[in-house]
Order: sequence, then C-alpha cells, then structure tokens
Amino acid sequence: MATKDVVRVAEVTKDFDLGKIVVHVLKGINLEIQTGHYISIMGPSGSGKSTLFNMIGGLDKPTSGKVFIDEVDIAQLDAYELAWLRCRKIGYIFQTFNLIPVMTALENVTLPMTFAGIPNDTANEKGMDLLNLVGLDGRHAHKPSELSGGQQQRVAVARALANDPAIILADEPTGNLDLNTGEDIITLLKKLSKERKVTVISATHDYKMLNVSDKVVWIRDGRIDKIQNRDELNIQTGGVEKTTG
Amino acid sequence: MKRLAKLPLKISLSIALKNISVRFFRSMITTLSLVLAVAFLAFTLVSNDVAQSLFAVGDINITGKLSTLGYDISPGAESISASAKQRWIVVLSLLVCVVGIVNAQIMSVSERFREIGTMKCLGALDGLVVKIFIIEAGIQGMTGSLFGSLLGMISALLMGMLRFGMLSISSISWVAVLNSMATGILIGTMLSLLGALYPAYMAARMQPVDAMRVEQ
Ligand SMILES: Nc1ncnc2c1ncn2[C@@H]1O[C@H](COP(=O)(O)OP(=O)(O)OP(=O)(O)O)[C@@H](O)[C@H]1O
Ligand SMILES: [Mg+2]
Repeated sequence: MATKDVVRVAEVTKDFDLGKIVVHVLKGINLEIQTGHYISIMGPSGSGKSTLFNMIGGLDKPTSGKVFIDEVDIAQLDAYELAWLRCRKIGYIFQTFNLIPVMTALENVTLPMTFAGIPNDTANEKGMDLLNLVGLDGRHAHKPSELSGGQQQRVAVARALANDPAIILADEPTGNLDLNTGEDIITLLKKLSKERKVTVISATHDYKMLNVSDKVVWIRDGRIDKIQNRDELNIQTGGVEKTTG
Repeated sequence: MKRLAKLPLKISLSIALKNISVRFFRSMITTLSLVLAVAFLAFTLVSNDVAQSLFAVGDINITGKLSTLGYDISPGAESISASAKQRWIVVLSLLVCVVGIVNAQIMSVSERFREIGTMKCLGALDGLVVKIFIIEAGIQGMTGSLFGSLLGMISALLMGMLRFGMLSISSISWVAVLNSMATGILIGTMLSLLGALYPAYMAARMQPVDAMRVEQ
C-alpha cells in the first residue's frame, strides 16, 4: 500500500433492536480511506450514512466488524484513548449541529479546546480566529438560538476545527447553507485537506461537493454500491451519474 | 493512540459555575423545590425540639396544651419526639424531601442528556461529565438546604412563640435546634447529589449518539 490508511472499515454491520423487530441498517461495509483524501459519501436518505459516520467516529459501536483509525482497532481503546480520539484526532460536524444551547458561539468553539486542556486565553483567541474564518465575525457572543441555521452550522464547522483534527467527519456540512456559504465551506474543507493533509469524510447530497472529492462512495441500503475515484467521475456539471431516481 | 489527560478539578468547577449562572432561572426552580422540601423537614424537626423543651419544663398547663395540639404524651414519658406519631411525621417529611429533591434533580439532569452526549463527542471523559453535574448539584443542594433549614427553623420558632409565648424561646435547647438544622442540610445535600448522580452517571456511560438521541 502506497499511502497509509487513516481509516479502515472492515465488515461493519449495525443493527438496531427495536424490541419487536431488528433493523439491519449497515450490512457489511468495507472501506479504506487514505490520509489527506477528500471523501464524499453519497446515498439516498435512510441509506445509513449517518450511522456509518457514528461508527467511524467512535460515537457508537458496530454490531459486528471493526473500525481502524491509524490501524488501531477503536473497539480496543480505553476511555482516555477514546476521548483523545474524539477530542484531538477527529472533528465532527453533525447533521443536526449539536451546539450546546446555553453556550455562546465562542464558548461552543472553545469547549473542545477546554477538554484538551488548552488554557482559556489561548482558546479564546483561537476561537475568535476560527469564527472569523467561517465568516461569523462579530457573532461570538450570540447563543445558537439567536443564529440562523446556516450560522449555527458555521459555528459547528469552527468547533470541528478547534483542535486541528487529522480527520474531519462532516455529515451534510452544506445542507443548511445558501449557495455561496456552502461553496465557502467546501473550499475551506478542500483547502484543509490539501494544505494540512486533513482527511475529510463528508456525507452529502450536494453535487458541488463531488467536484472536490478524491473519491466518492455510493451507499445504498446499508451496502456500498460503488466507489468512484476522481478520474472516473465525469465532472462536467450535471454529468455525475445519479443512483437514485 | 495517545491518551487524553484528566482535567484539573478547577475546570469542572468553572464549567459547573458557569452552567449554574447561565441557567439561573432553571437552577432556581430546582433549588426552590429543594428549599421547600428541606424547609418542611426542618420545620418538623425544630417544632419537635420546641415541644420537647416545653415538655421538659414540666408545667401541667403546658403539657396539657401540647396534648391538645396533638402531641402524643403518654403518662410517665420522658420525651415527646420518641412517640410513634412524631416519628411518623418526621418520616413523612423525609419522604417529601426524597421525592421532591430527587425528582427535581433527575428532571433537570435528564433534560440535558443531549448536552452530555455532545460533550462526550467533543472528548469529555465520563468522569468530567459526572463531576460537573455533582458540583452543580452539590452547590444547589447546599445553598438550597441552608435556606430551607433557616426557613423551616424560623417558622417553627415563630409558631412556637405564637402558641406558647416567650417561654418557647427561653426554654429551647439551641443545641437541639442546630442539630435539626444540620440534619436538614445534610439530608438535603445528600439527596440532591444522589438525584443528580444517577442520571448523570447513566448518561455519561451511554454511547454518545444514544445520549444525544434521547428525547427531551
Ligand atoms: N437509533 C436508531 N434506532 C432505530 N433505527 C435507527 C436508529 N438510527 C438510525 N436508524 C435507522 O437507520 C436507517 C439509516 O439512518 P441514517 O441516519 O444513517 O440515514 P442517512 O443515510 O444518514 O439519511 P439522511 O440522508 O436522511 O441523513 C434509517 O432507516 C433509520 O430509521
Ligand atoms: Mg444522515
């Protein structure tokens, strides 16, 4: 293998036991992701993208199969290692933002730095820089409820970048953004992946995202339908093959 | 894989204090039910102290009045509070404390499951989460119980004065009163900690996504 796999997913399945019935959401996913790549995960609603995300990010346990980060099986990590992984190694952008409602934008962004043991002054300074970076200058004292959906998402992006993660897991990061801001965020993520070798894994319905992707993973009904490399993608606008009707 | 260092207690303390202040109104409601429950307990205990001290004076008139007020005075008894009826009243007010305080804490922690899940996603250790909630509950428990105890004590003494005049104050054993107040504070604080510990511990141990998915 030429490049190192930063993420490797091996035969991962996930069932949800709902009492009467068991829902099989992931039905055996195999995936290798190389350092510094920009991966888009596409698939219809309900196909299991967010569920796969939670497995890769160590936020939930697979029913069977393994997830390796830097070739370490994350099921074997102890609490401190897992916390380090979530805090320093991975930056999450959730589909539902998951900001803390009583905290200001700045406090939301500095929270992961606090958990990492970074002193307040340093964290505040960096938090302000990050908020500027995502175009939220002057909004640092606002609570999430005082921000629009798109602005909340930008806070979430800034928070994900707080501890300079090696991996960014983004669940529909542009889902709630207008065209321009959406493009800004995509450009930002692409820049991070190019310049800082950050691995970006992003679920999306946004075809703009495909243009910057190194690889597109198509998921359907809990299985990988196909994986396309950049050169296999037909990148003229609108030329991307759709899997859904 | 590297390991995340444990944060110093100072950090949990500052997060907890910030939480209390930004949730001031919500914290007030939790604290208020605590104050009332402890006040009821302290009122019962101190009223017993008052009756006990009056009884110890040994005046027939006063003993008679105590009896008409509902205190169980069996002939030859040395103490009032030992009677079954008085014990039952104390048990009842303890029950009010358990239900009131534990319920208030469970409610206020449960509505923050999503927040706990999010904190865990961002790298908070289980211990940090539990510590934050324990400190919050401890501070609420202590201040609430202190006010509750004072409130209960003052109203019990006023009630005594109303019924028996200054004698109820001059005869009172302050040691017993302080003891009753300390009991109220101790029980209020312990129950507050207990009520917060259970849900916080459960939430901290969940997978982050499960905690985040809990309906509010
Ligand atoms: N905790 C759960 N309990 C039961 N079923 C669940 C749970 N989480 C997810 N599912 C089911 O798993 C399936 C996949 O959900 P998931 O959120 O991964 O889809 P998705 O691909 O992210 O969709 P979308 O594009 O709409 O975000 C859905 O059918 C959903 O109902
Ligand atoms: Mg999803």
